[in-house]
Amino acid sequence: MAKMTLEELRSLRERVQGDIQKRDIEGKDRRIIIGMGTCGIAAGAKDTLDAFLAALDEHKLTNISVTQTGCMGLCYVEPTIEVIVPGMPNVIYGKVDKKTAKKIVEEHLMAGRLVTDHIFDRPAADIIKKDGGK
Amino acid sequence: MHISLSDYLMDIVQNSFEAGASHVALTIEEGEPMMVCTVTDDGKGMDDDTMKRALDPFYSEEGKHRGRRFGLGLPFLHQAVDACNGEFSLRSQVGEGTTVRFSFDMENIDSPPIGDLAFALCTLLAHPKAEEFVVTRSIEGGSSYTLDRKELLDVLGEFESSGSLSLLRQYVTSQEAGLHAE
Repeated sequence: MAKMTLEELRSLRERVQGDIQKRDIEGKDRRIIIGMGTCGIAAGAKDTLDAFLAALDEHKLTNISVTQTGCMGLCYVEPTIEVIVPGMPNVIYGKVDKKTAKKIVEEHLMAGRLVTDHIFDRPAADIIKKDGGK
Repeated sequence: MHISLSDYLMDIVQNSFEAGASHVALTIEEGEPMMVCTVTDDGKGMDDDTMKRALDPFYSEEGKHRGRRFGLGLPFLHQAVDACNGEFSLRSQVGEGTTVRFSFDMENIDSPPIGDLAFALCTLLAHPKAEEFVVTRSIEGGSSYTLDRKELLDVLGEFESSGSLSLLRQYVTSQEAGLHAE
């Protein structure tokens, strides 16, 4: 593969820009947040992120927001991710390997169905706060 | 422990972004057999006492993780480097910044594989706290490439949408592949 130049990258960007703008309205608020703390990285969060990008690319979903965050406090089920889709509950998924990442894109983002066997959540408010979360 | 050298790099460079650095420089010099990486930032820096404690896995910066007493990033790296006869140095000054330099002997059986370096660099370029970030990657006696976050941001507009990230990945992967082809 020949090295791509910045100019080539710019024209590639311009070519897909039209598509991105067209879909902007419908999909702008859909977000995937990936835990990239030391625990996430050690459990393979980089591969998970890569798998999300590949699956989104495969389904031509170019305007999903994909961002990184630190540890979400669920180190025991890393890699963990959060998916935010308007009209659906915000969900934290754990043990998200490459296969699960693809499934989350196809089920949660595209079909609007939760991937129930990977749902985890933050510890209940009364555990993390001494005042019972009040 | 992390699986690959790329994972260690991700972990360590993130520290710079999180230390409030506005300029971060990463150089990766691949020689035979040593792979030398240097991360320099102008973040808040550490005093001598904090620097020593940074290598203790039971120390984490106050306030970084509420109620938690672990900080595994630097200790992981230090241990991994130590296991393969690499070198590790940490220099820092409060208010000035920090430089971490480490090397892995890639012929040593205990060295981690390089891993997907191109994608690790993408995730760093797209890190939400990154500002100015320049990567210089070279192979001894061979070619090199530079990634300047500002330049790439100018071309791609943002590093947040899946579309931009895929293009970024394509670009960095081609740079890395070109390095080996030449």
